Amino acid sequence: MPKQIVIEPVTRIEGHAKISIRLDNEDNVSDAEFHVVEFRGFEKFCEGRPYSEMPGLTQRICGICPVSHTLASAKAGDAIMAVNITPAADKLRRLINLGQFVQSHALSFFHLSAPDFLLGWDTPPAQRNVFGLMAANADLARAGIRLRQFGQEVIEILGGKKIHPAWAVPGGVRSPLTEEGRAWIAAWLPEAFATAKIALELFHKTMETHQREIQIFGNFPSLFMGLVAPDGSWEHHNGNLRFIDSSGSIIADQMDPRKYFEFIGESVQSASYLKSPFYTPLGFPDGMYRVGPLARLNVCERMGVPKADEELKHFKSLGRGAVTSSFFYHYARLIEILAALEFIERSLEDPDLLSEDLRADAGINSHRGVGVSEAPRGTLFHDYTVDRNGLLLKVNLIVATGQNNLAMNQTVAQIARHYVRGKTIPEAMLNRVEHGIRCYDPCLSCSTHALGQMPLLIRLLGPDGAVLHETSRG
Amino acid sequence: MDRLRLATAWFGGCAGCHMSFLDLDEFLLELATKVELVYSPIVDVKEYPENVALCLVEGAICNTDNLELLRAIRARTKVLAAFGDCAVTANVPAIRNQFGPGNKQNVLQCAYIENACHNRSLPNAAGLLPALLPRVMPLHEVVRVEYFLPGCPPAAAHIKALVGAILAGTEPKLEGIQLKFG
Repeated sequence: MPKQIVIEPVTRIEGHAKISIRLDNEDNVSDAEFHVVEFRGFEKFCEGRPYSEMPGLTQRICGICPVSHTLASAKAGDAIMAVNITPAADKLRRLINLGQFVQSHALSFFHLSAPDFLLGWDTPPAQRNVFGLMAANADLARAGIRLRQFGQEVIEILGGKKIHPAWAVPGGVRSPLTEEGRAWIAAWLPEAFATAKIALELFHKTMETHQREIQIFGNFPSLFMGLVAPDGSWEHHNGNLRFIDSSGSIIADQMDPRKYFEFIGESVQSASYLKSPFYTPLGFPDGMYRVGPLARLNVCERMGVPKADEELKHFKSLGRGAVTSSFFYHYARLIEILAALEFIERSLEDPDLLSEDLRADAGINSHRGVGVSEAPRGTLFHDYTVDRNGLLLKVNLIVATGQNNLAMNQTVAQIARHYVRGKTIPEAMLNRVEHGIRCYDPCLSCSTHALGQMPLLIRLLGPDGAVLHETSRG
Repeated sequence: MDRLRLATAWFGGCAGCHMSFLDLDEFLLELATKVELVYSPIVDVKEYPENVALCLVEGAICNTDNLELLRAIRARTKVLAAFGDCAVTANVPAIRNQFGPGNKQNVLQCAYIENACHNRSLPNAAGLLPALLPRVMPLHEVVRVEYFLPGCPPAAAHIKALVGAILAGTEPKLEGIQLKFG
């Protein structure tokens, strides 16, 4: 008789969710699903509001990556006005996005995920968190906290506020970098580089001791998608989309991201508020693709900065073709921190960052505008249709985490197959299944345009819904 | 001295208030010596514990799960603070209230029928997916709230002042800049 296990909620991820695992008649895992349980309805309630308000409103989708939403939204506004923004405004937007990559990736690594592989998978739940990390290794915890702070300060220096800066606007940005701000960033950079180096050294050791996790934490073939520059190098804000398969072969290249609807479709999962986008030429579910740090490093040929390029060489050696284990999301995230720091360092010498020539102005010249940027968790799409007064008639948002939905389901199933035996749920499994999800650093505020937390309760259900077994942690 | 039993919870909102809490940065290391974080999205405790001294609650009340947990939090917590604009006024999540009694259908219809191309249908899984409430509410419409800390998000300094006053056993002064919305 088939049965179902439900895990609710999952913790140390950025959102409210549950996990269900179905067993077949022999009590083997048949499949698994990740359920996102929060929904706010942004796409609907933005209708009727002016497009110029959207960079401020849509960043309230997510307090973890508000900069991503404000940038994608401002870009959609640029398209509605049909303007080319000034080079200075583009460089400043790129700089704030790099600051965000650093803060968001540091949060994922130090505050949320590292307690598992640095403190140990079977550490008691009450200690297995960033406060436990502070107690066990105060210097490392402090370094991680300060690396996140560095990213947040870059955002505040440019945008005036760490969370929800009112700064990017359709047509450009509000204000330039100041001399003081530039000096402040330059002075903190050496420490940030030092922390990135420590984290990378730690993770190199972790990879040596975590061969089993590498094997089973989301290790399967899929497509990968991300923006790349015209020459195929790493890109985080402009550029075009590239899809590769798990052999590493490019299956579509330099696709205009503003025409995403020609090759990306969204499927509804009946038991989740999170939709599953897929690559339409391959259909559903074969068109499953992954986005985010792992995907961006898989699709690009080089980072474009020397230290990160050294690491990228090692990263590329971890797969035959593409690197297919989602455990390597952590490694990719650290390489992106390093690259972001190098790009920030390089950009500080650019006099354009101090320019006052920051804003293009125009009326409504196009009734539809699509803005695309790489958020820390993957490619983000804002698609607005407006009337002649610039009031929104229709909004579609495709966020990073949704695009990893199908892969997260497979990851949970793969880990569960390894650990679940029969109708009981081993404690060892709980945290590991959750970590499978943490690899993707899902941001469920974004994904459902909603938000919450995920503690953990696993229920084993009979086909009639009766609870056969229940276990929770904490 | 026993550390203060602190909890944080997160309902319909963007996590920005929790991010602002993390913007306490190195003060977190000092805080760890004075408080015990007994429940929070950033720790693994799954069940809201008894005898919590202070809970910072972010977000508006949007669905049946939110409602149930908020009531449990109230029953087990001495001092409850509405943490940020969504908790204080319902803010952005409450924009859907403008669509009136049918807003629940409207917002779901838009996301899962109009903006989908495969398996267009409203998600529905009893026991797994909580139903949306007909109206999004701020915390104080549901339970008693001791303190209101506005801001979108409240700046880290404001959070520090509130938690600091409660740690010191003094009445938090919520005035002037501490009452800034947005």
